[in-house]
Amino acid sequence: MKKFFPANIRLWFQIIYTILTNGYLYGFMSGKIYKGPLKYACVPGLNCYSCPGALGSCPLGALQNALAQRRIEVPFAVLGFLFVFGSVFGRFICGWLCPFGLFQDLLYKIPLFQKRKRLPGHSVLKYGKYVMLFGLVILGSAVLFAGFAKVPAFCKYICPSGTLMGAVPLMLADSNLRAQAGGLFGWKLAILAVITILSIKVYRPFCQYLCPLGAIYGWFNRFSLVQVCWEQNKCISCGNCQKACPVDLKPEEISVSPECIKCGKCVAVCPTDCLHFYEGKKFSAYKGDVV
Amino acid sequence: MTEKKFPKWLFGVSIGLLLFVMGFVTRQYDDIYRKAIMICLECIGIG
Repeated sequence: MKKFFPANIRLWFQIIYTILTNGYLYGFMSGKIYKGPLKYACVPGLNCYSCPGALGSCPLGALQNALAQRRIEVPFAVLGFLFVFGSVFGRFICGWLCPFGLFQDLLYKIPLFQKRKRLPGHSVLKYGKYVMLFGLVILGSAVLFAGFAKVPAFCKYICPSGTLMGAVPLMLADSNLRAQAGGLFGWKLAILAVITILSIKVYRPFCQYLCPLGAIYGWFNRFSLVQVCWEQNKCISCGNCQKACPVDLKPEEISVSPECIKCGKCVAVCPTDCLHFYEGKKFSAYKGDVV
Repeated sequence: MTEKKFPKWLFGVSIGLLLFVMGFVTRQYDDIYRKAIMICLECIGIG
């Protein structure tokens, strides 16, 4: 069959996007963060704005910051970004653009442990990301106080992306910050360590069970422009798509499930092209991410 | 003749653009920028 896309195109897409959005190299060397005008805008993925290389703002951090303000107002600007990104891409962002998704994808490629697609108790655990969204991002940031200030609770207590992309490089470069690290940093480092080890065995545990941004984009999945569509009348029920799906979705679930990250593995293995990106047949010959 | 429906994703984008404008009018982009140019102590676990 004719190949329209090179193998591993998704991996290259993720790597190039991560380099482009975290390309402030001077920041990594100096331990300072970028302060230019690009930071007025949010990037689509979970990308800590305290990463020394980050060129844009994290939508989740910006949302929490808006909710943690003393005055109460609707965070129009961040919601605008989320609606535009979500309506166009849905969880395609998780699969193709998110730097922390790339980190977990790379860990899952390490040939250690017997691989699992899901954790035991998946049907309950998958709601963890909604608990994070409503409990920590929305309620937590709007209600929790530390001293006289409200706190961005998810960033403060959980976010492993902030630890990996922000804390670790900054502390390596700045001895003053290193000296201030205490129990909270130890807690966040422990969360990152657990997710790192778990990611070697289970496919993207953070995305599947904890990521509030994935929960938001999952809501858009059903009607976003970028879709993985299934033509039932062409399906021969071979089961290849479910075997290839990293989150173990059936073909009838793929286009509607909030769990689908639109990685395209099902599209690549479908022998009858009944699964394809978008409603037309423009991208039906995608064969790029079989492995 | 089939009636062509307004796609839902385009409806979502329209809402998003409207929210963009409201964010611009209420100067919320300044808040995003102000937060993003300072090292977020909460994010790195020392705040």
